[in-house]
Amino acid sequence: MASAYDRHLLLAITVCLLAACASHPRPYGTPTPAIDMSTTAPNPDPRVGLRAGLMNAGEAAWNLRVLSQTPPSEKFAGVTNSDLAFTGHYVIQGNYNGYQVWDITDPSRPVLKTAYLCPASQSDVSVYKNLLFVSGEGLGGRIDCSTEGVKDTVSKVRLRGIRVFDISDITTPKYIGNVQTCRGSHTHTVVVDPKDTANAYVYISGSAPVRSPNELPGCVGVMPDQDSTTALFRIEVIKVPLAHPEQAAIVSSPRIFANLVAPPRHGPASADIAELAAAKAKGAFTATFPWGEEFVLPSRFVDRMLDSVVQARQGTGAPTAADSAALRAAIPVMIARMTAQRQGSNPNGPPPGPTQCHDITVYPAVGLAGGACEGYGMLLDIRDPAHPVRLDAASDSNFSYWHSATLNNDGTKLLFSDEWGGGGGPKCRATDPREWGADAIFTIADGKLHFQSYYKLPAPQTPQENCVAHNGSLIPIPGRDVMVQAWYQGGISVFDWTDAAHPREIAFFDRGPVDSTQMVGAGSWSAYWYNGVIVSSEIARGLDIFALQPSGFLSQNEIDAAKSVHFDEFNTQGQLRFVWPSTFALARAYVDQLERSHGLGPDRILAVRQALTSAERASVAGRQSALTQLAVQLEGDASGSSEATRVNTLAKTLRDLAAAAL
Amino acid sequence: MSLSPVARARADSARHPYTAADVSFMYHMIGHHAQAIVMAGWADSHRASPSVRTLAARIINAQRDEIAFMQQWLRNRLQPVPGETGMDMAMPMSGSHGDTLMPGMLTEAQMHQLDQARSADFDRSFLTFMIQHHHGAVVMVQNLFATYGAAQDEIVFKLASDINVDQTTEIARMERMLLTLQIQGAL
Repeated sequence: MASAYDRHLLLAITVCLLAACASHPRPYGTPTPAIDMSTTAPNPDPRVGLRAGLMNAGEAAWNLRVLSQTPPSEKFAGVTNSDLAFTGHYVIQGNYNGYQVWDITDPSRPVLKTAYLCPASQSDVSVYKNLLFVSGEGLGGRIDCSTEGVKDTVSKVRLRGIRVFDISDITTPKYIGNVQTCRGSHTHTVVVDPKDTANAYVYISGSAPVRSPNELPGCVGVMPDQDSTTALFRIEVIKVPLAHPEQAAIVSSPRIFANLVAPPRHGPASADIAELAAAKAKGAFTATFPWGEEFVLPSRFVDRMLDSVVQARQGTGAPTAADSAALRAAIPVMIARMTAQRQGSNPNGPPPGPTQCHDITVYPAVGLAGGACEGYGMLLDIRDPAHPVRLDAASDSNFSYWHSATLNNDGTKLLFSDEWGGGGGPKCRATDPREWGADAIFTIADGKLHFQSYYKLPAPQTPQENCVAHNGSLIPIPGRDVMVQAWYQGGISVFDWTDAAHPREIAFFDRGPVDSTQMVGAGSWSAYWYNGVIVSSEIARGLDIFALQPSGFLSQNEIDAAKSVHFDEFNTQGQLRFVWPSTFALARAYVDQLERSHGLGPDRILAVRQALTSAERASVAGRQSALTQLAVQLEGDASGSSEATRVNTLAKTLRDLAAAAL
Repeated sequence: MSLSPVARARADSARHPYTAADVSFMYHMIGHHAQAIVMAGWADSHRASPSVRTLAARIINAQRDEIAFMQQWLRNRLQPVPGETGMDMAMPMSGSHGDTLMPGMLTEAQMHQLDQARSADFDRSFLTFMIQHHHGAVVMVQNLFATYGAAQDEIVFKLASDINVDQTTEIARMERMLLTLQIQGAL
């Protein structure tokens, strides 16, 4: 018979098992936090006040579970880890000293396969089939990959551009060539033209100054009016013949910024737009700045100008409709003249466009790309990959530096991040504005960008933590736009931007600062979803891998559906379309979403779930008829639902499942 | 595995030791930034427009953080560290600049002119002078990169590159703001 003591012990163990108590005395239990099904964020936020430390910092996790934390190998320790690329069951992690290849077949135990020493910042990495591309921008990168740097200001051994490796055997990469560019390669983007299977294309973005023409002939870093061949105000497109990748070379340098006319702010809050519309409705005179922003002319100016028009025709009295029409026609001419005067008075000033892009994210399946280009976010048409064309550009007085872009899976939304301060500054303090160093979310309609909202890491960070919006990727939750994003020492944040005007955080992971006394650069450079897990490149601490946990915001069925999407290789800047195989998990994920959004009533939700359970258990023939019958019922439900599209998508999934049952 | 700041600095620089040019760049950029912060600090008291006040607030935030970063870099390498005002110019190797102003720095007369301006006049002067000031910072980065052995240290290269792109981007923004003022002023 158990004693009272034994019963207490048993109870404690049972509670621990249910709540998944970890043996680690950490404040918010990594690695095995309790499942939290609530729909409110933890309060107070456990990311505030975490203990400092390089490898022993305090940690906070919400709706994420740490699978592994792996420090860098010897040659890479203490040197910045950068971006990630994925191929098969490998993750390639860039580092300012080269790159490491990890086998993540078991994500709780990554195995180092290759540690390739070849210094160059930033070592941005991308894969395409058997090829690996690595960016080099810093002044110390060498063609021969040796580590002594390049002290000469002009040198034939300096590498600034793209290195190309053959990774047919990923344990022994072969360095097969490189392409030198004038500004080096800060980042790059691999683009595959569905119509051109013989080549791959690589867009080069370089943000460092242009190098000497004595080092690389043809490099000119002046304004276009001084030399039309300038390396500024363009991107470079490299063509890689797949049969002979060593012959990769620059094929075009499109000037996608030419004649840029975008507003100085996406600005116009809806109140401003309404005000302008109301003024115009009352017949106000407006003018338009060269970058497309319309504004109301002051009435005293209009009165003065109308008087002049009346005088000019030697008339008297009130201005006529013809006088008004004449003034309206004259206004754009006046604005153009003033613009020319301003530009003429400053011939050496830069044209009002950016000189380069920081990063370009392409989505070939929809023929679009998002360009994050200094003071602008751009929407590009890339149906001809060698010749991208600008469709629209947005600017924003809250955005310091347009850094990267992510399209949603439908290609109807575009999210830009602002790397205010370059990633080395602590821009997530409680005193930093929420609109600065954030993401800006746009919808895309008729080839134009429409601002909706900002998203910024909700937890304030210390002055010892560099923190700003950085690299992230979509998570293939069906029917929703969910993304994971790195915020340097702000950690990683998973958020839902299905409602573009109201993005919301649904999971996070964070560590305390490296050092409590001063800022030491660290944190997550990139956090990407790949084949069922979230992989994060921690600048100072190595490779982190996480699993999504079900929560009040995300069901296990939705996670299972996300895990059913598989890629053979993945570069985040080259978006691939998610296509979900028809599975019971996918159907149940849609049912969970309809329950959450009240798109179907509770009794229907219950009935559909019961029908799915019995269909799954049924024989092949029984399953097919049960699923078809359920699909027919749901198609009937759709018209009465506030979520008709989702109900029909569910019905379509069931019909596909029924067909697959045969 | 936790290194002291000085030990970490040594480790950072073991591969590509920093040079006198790197130290000089960090040292002088603190003074350069300090003047921008003084200029931007006048936006409220000199009745700048809301858009110029936003720009000024951003400049103060960004350049103050960069000053702290550069001070720490110098401190960790046991180099002389100017204060946040940048006015402590007791720099053993300041001969590279001597009595001449750093590129883009406002003269005393220009600072006085800006300090006297109010409202739209302040906006116009501020933008004009800040464009000049930012162009100077870009020139300082170009000079650094054109110096033997400089910016091999990844921290120096990254900071200098960030200053280059951030200020180039801000120059373009200020050019647009100036044009807006010009058009509105003519109405």
